[in-house]
Amino acid sequence: MRRQPLPAWADIILIPLINIALALLVAGVVITLIGENPFKAFAVMFQGAFGYAEGVGYTLYYATNFIFTGLAVAIAFHAMLFNIGGEGQAYIGGLGVALVLLAFDHVLPFWALLPLAIGAAMLFGAAWAAIPAYLQAYRGSHIVITTIMFNFIASNLMVYLLVNVFIVPGSMSPESRVFDPNAWLPTVHDFFARFGIDVAPSPLNLSFIIALIAGVLVWLFIWHTRWGYAIRTVGFSEPAAEYAGISTKKIIMITMLLSGALAGMAGINEIMGVQHKLLLDFVAGYGFTGIAVALMGRNHPLGIVLSSILFGALYQGGADLTFEMPNISREMVTAIQGFIILFSGALTYMSRPWLERLFGLFVRDTPTEEAPHGR
Amino acid sequence: MIQWKSAAMAAIMAVSVAGAADFKPAVVFDMGGRFDKSFNQGVYNGIEKFKKETGVDYKYFEVTNATQREQAIRKMAQHGGNPVLGIGFAQGPAVDKVAGEFPKTKFAIIDMVVNKPNVQSIVFKEHEGSFLVGMLAAMASKTHKVGFIGGMDIPLIRKFECGYEQGVKYADPKAEVLANMTGSTPSAWNNPSRGGELAKGQFDRGADVIFAAAGGTGVGVYQAAKDAGKLAIGVDSNQNYLQPGTMLTSMVKRVDVAAYNVLKSVKEGTFKPGVQVLGLKENGVGWALDKYNEKLITPAMKKAVDQAREDIIAGKINVHDYMSDNSCKY
Repeated sequence: MRRQPLPAWADIILIPLINIALALLVAGVVITLIGENPFKAFAVMFQGAFGYAEGVGYTLYYATNFIFTGLAVAIAFHAMLFNIGGEGQAYIGGLGVALVLLAFDHVLPFWALLPLAIGAAMLFGAAWAAIPAYLQAYRGSHIVITTIMFNFIASNLMVYLLVNVFIVPGSMSPESRVFDPNAWLPTVHDFFARFGIDVAPSPLNLSFIIALIAGVLVWLFIWHTRWGYAIRTVGFSEPAAEYAGISTKKIIMITMLLSGALAGMAGINEIMGVQHKLLLDFVAGYGFTGIAVALMGRNHPLGIVLSSILFGALYQGGADLTFEMPNISREMVTAIQGFIILFSGALTYMSRPWLERLFGLFVRDTPTEEAPHGR
Repeated sequence: MIQWKSAAMAAIMAVSVAGAADFKPAVVFDMGGRFDKSFNQGVYNGIEKFKKETGVDYKYFEVTNATQREQAIRKMAQHGGNPVLGIGFAQGPAVDKVAGEFPKTKFAIIDMVVNKPNVQSIVFKEHEGSFLVGMLAAMASKTHKVGFIGGMDIPLIRKFECGYEQGVKYADPKAEVLANMTGSTPSAWNNPSRGGELAKGQFDRGADVIFAAAGGTGVGVYQAAKDAGKLAIGVDSNQNYLQPGTMLTSMVKRVDVAAYNVLKSVKEGTFKPGVQVLGLKENGVGWALDKYNEKLITPAMKKAVDQAREDIIAGKINVHDYMSDNSCKY
């Protein structure tokens, strides 16, 4: 039996759907084993994520973080760089946002603060990626190792700063002061309230739109600019890129700086949009989830937006699941999320050979494509 | 049409009657989760006890990230939770905000003060309980050196330390207190190996009794005390059973009683908003004496501590509260 190369729609839509179905199947078995009805559980998760305005708000709020960190991983991946440091870059990006807002929230108007904060988020995120990028490009230290190490450095740096510098004297939690409301990103419910439309409050804010814009810009950059072309060339073959006159060192630097800047943007959503203060561990694993999001979205901005919404739904629906079905603990929800990451990330290609054979059964009229194989 | 109207009326009546009689306890545990062997679990024990006695079930949620605190508390209120109980100071801002949105729902928060007309804030006089265990430590010490190991370095833990130090000095003015904090982040609450190291360090410097106010980190301190044949003092729950024979006592902070009382008061209609301060007088804090440590506490020690307890309640001994001025001058 021969295999048929998959058409694009099967590659982009069918395979992810099959993977999710497999993950839900395994998760369903586990839920059955602990004595709950898996269909009801998935219905609760779906309802929790998409069934009412507040749930949708939370889903898209989580998705905002994942779009930024997913795009960060994807852009690096196009140059075959595995940026594991989204976690730290987002953390430091948030620091940049907080520094700008703490310094100017009483001085500058909102329209001046927003670009400054975005600039700071990107600058700080990029700066945090710069050292691993330099070490990879010019010293050959592997980017996976150095970015992971920089996550730990970021975490310790933030602890030091929050405990010793930003903490409000006499306060219990290591947190900065709350920014002036002038510096808060408008939330969706505030926006609609202006027109007299009542929308349930949720953390969803303007940064979701910014994330979508970032997705379009990344798409333009990767597929429609000279640098994007160079990045993809380096990703396919470094020697070929060198031969074509592309400086791989320069491309590695550029790619990682952009990657870090995108990850840093998650700080805009969390710090300026939701928490309105600098606090510990606000990244909460969104940087790592970004890796799975990028894998599942096939490193394409549109795929990343879709898989971000899926992961947002898993986070929000999962919270609702523990709420509605107390037998399913939060650890159980993490396990369900883990199955989906496992099947759509690590086992992405597991179903592909079977699917190719299946397509081979139905498509028989392509003898011309067979010819090169015969040689 | 008439039928439809009466049906609608009946529905409205049913809803309003249900609203008036609604007693649906809801608890939002913090990051540690309800089985953290410490603070959250204390609350869990309290509400489980209430459930057993009254048969009233409760809803709960364990938060996994900072954004979920507000979400969970709001969700409890939306689903008719009454009272809604927030656990720990980190939930203060969330309770404050949601209590404003649901003025008819009753809220309670432990370890934090939230000034809203429908919120009961429960805080403890940890310094008073720490004073008593400080006295016990000083009286049990043969080296005139005792230790203190705090969890995360926050004003609340300084309050424990300051009360402890005053108790030590009250019982033995010459005694010296060695103090260490485990760390400055929430992970300091759950780092038994670091706790063990700090305890060994203090034993090496001559201490022979250590009070650990450090959540899960304390387990390492108690183990180190057992290994070295020295004494340790537990915290929050009665932890005497963890290492029988080397646990001198535990400074108990009755979060279980606090949680139980909130539910009970709402059920009986005696719920009062405002700040509840639970000290020795209210039995909100104290020291544990049971079969595991009765051999370590001599009658003279017990008498002295009981006397000091009376004096504190009567106001004859004034234990300085670190958090009143963020310093430990007494």
